[in-house]
Amino acid sequence: MYTQKVMDHFKNPRNMGEIPDADGVGTVGNPVCGDLMTIYIKVKDNRLEDIKFKTFGCGSAIATSSMITELAKGKTLEEGLKITRGNVADELGGLPPVKMHCSNLAADALHAAIEDYYKKQKAKEVNK
Amino acid sequence: MLLREPPMSATRRINMDHAAGKPVDPQVAEAMLPYMKTSYGNPSSLHAIGQEAKRGLEDARARVAELINAEKKESIIFTSGATESNNLAIKGVAYRNKDRGTRIITSNVEHMSVVNPFKYLTTKGFESVFLPVDKYGFVNLEKLEEELTDKTTLVSIVYANGEIGTIEPIKEIGKIVHVKNAYLHVDATAACGQIPIDVRNEGIDLLTISSNDMCGPKGVGALYIKEGIRLEPLLHGGGQERGIRSGTENLPGIVGLGKASEIAKKEIPAESARLMKLRDRLIDGLLKPIPYSFLNGHPTKRLPDNASVRYSFIEGESMLLSLDLEGVFASSGSACTAKTLEPSHVLLAIGLKHEEAHGSLMFTLGKENTEEEVDYAASLMPNIVKRLRAMSPLTPKELNE
Repeated sequence: MYTQKVMDHFKNPRNMGEIPDADGVGTVGNPVCGDLMTIYIKVKDNRLEDIKFKTFGCGSAIATSSMITELAKGKTLEEGLKITRGNVADELGGLPPVKMHCSNLAADALHAAIEDYYKKQKAKEVNK
Repeated sequence: MLLREPPMSATRRINMDHAAGKPVDPQVAEAMLPYMKTSYGNPSSLHAIGQEAKRGLEDARARVAELINAEKKESIIFTSGATESNNLAIKGVAYRNKDRGTRIITSNVEHMSVVNPFKYLTTKGFESVFLPVDKYGFVNLEKLEEELTDKTTLVSIVYANGEIGTIEPIKEIGKIVHVKNAYLHVDATAACGQIPIDVRNEGIDLLTISSNDMCGPKGVGALYIKEGIRLEPLLHGGGQERGIRSGTENLPGIVGLGKASEIAKKEIPAESARLMKLRDRLIDGLLKPIPYSFLNGHPTKRLPDNASVRYSFIEGESMLLSLDLEGVFASSGSACTAKTLEPSHVLLAIGLKHEEAHGSLMFTLGKENTEEEVDYAASLMPNIVKRLRAMSPLTPKELNE
């Protein structure tokens, strides 16, 4: 059902964990639906210097989380926002159709983390 | 396009998903062969090969009748499997008795091949009632009494739950149902062949039997219909199976089901005792070493083959994949393993929250499973659970330390 690449990321997830002093945090999904993802980012000079994930969910939820951290690491924030669900699935060699919708939330979680970073920066500027 | 890769399982292959599929008993396969090669006739034909086929058909009917202590072999109708048997019993009784009443009753823990005919019939003017169950999955009998009216024609209850293993008090249910003028249909797909069933003693009017669940071939099943009960057929045609189920009989399949019934009748006492021992050993091994782990279903009133558990903070499909990588095959009630993207309605009916249902893991044992295999499967879980909990944002911090 899953590609070798999905299974590789499921077995050996990249960048799993938390960043305690993250500059941005994005959570999407819902345990009720069976998938919940949190992405933590550290930003330096407008680039995603570090990125980590935590995921509750099925094999493809874990694999897409792992994959997005690989795709996004070192990219600029603008580039990060351009990564789509489709890019993540393609990089994994495809996902079963039924999983494309529910378990392919990693791009949304990354975007949420970047938006969170922007929001926090704005708040800092206002407080200056 | 999605690439299909070969399965990535380890060299071991331990099937503990027998509810999904069982190997055909070699004696069954052997019994079927002549009905494909030499006695391949049509049981409706008058000539010698037709009559040979007819003898095979009627002998199989007698074996199935003996397994469930039916009053006579003619009370057994062969079908294409449990789904058809359930549909035939439910729609057949409902339509045939429409003049007497349009109220039909079932429970919240039935198989989809019972749930969906009940839902379908609501679009045809019937009133379908779904009874609640308690935390073990036992049907609420007071509620049954309450809902049972003079206009009720059918009550359909599962003999034993295929997902959580709980065995319903069928005899008691039969007594309640028969106070009114309703028929009791029992879906014994998971139970038949595993534990003794006596339709006459237990007051069962219609009983669904599945062949593959008894190590017979797939694509065949049976429906017991007590003498005197009349059904509206689903299939109209040449009038086979007393006109209740037209279509040339699936003779090799039926002969296989007959042989499987004969073997089951002989083996039930010893095999169910052996499986219960294995089951309890597996349940202990799955739960004791792991915190926040729970049994689904009743601890003792459960099918001998069923070990259904759940682990908090993690999801079932990722557990299945992890087990598959170690060569152990199980199943889960998680939405992520279902076509519908909804967690199992059975797990929700026993009061689990969605996120708890997602963390379920079900093992169903079979004849070939050994104590060593059970110990091996259980020994894998602590690391699997630990790894997935370390990844999960739901896991309490102290558990990961």
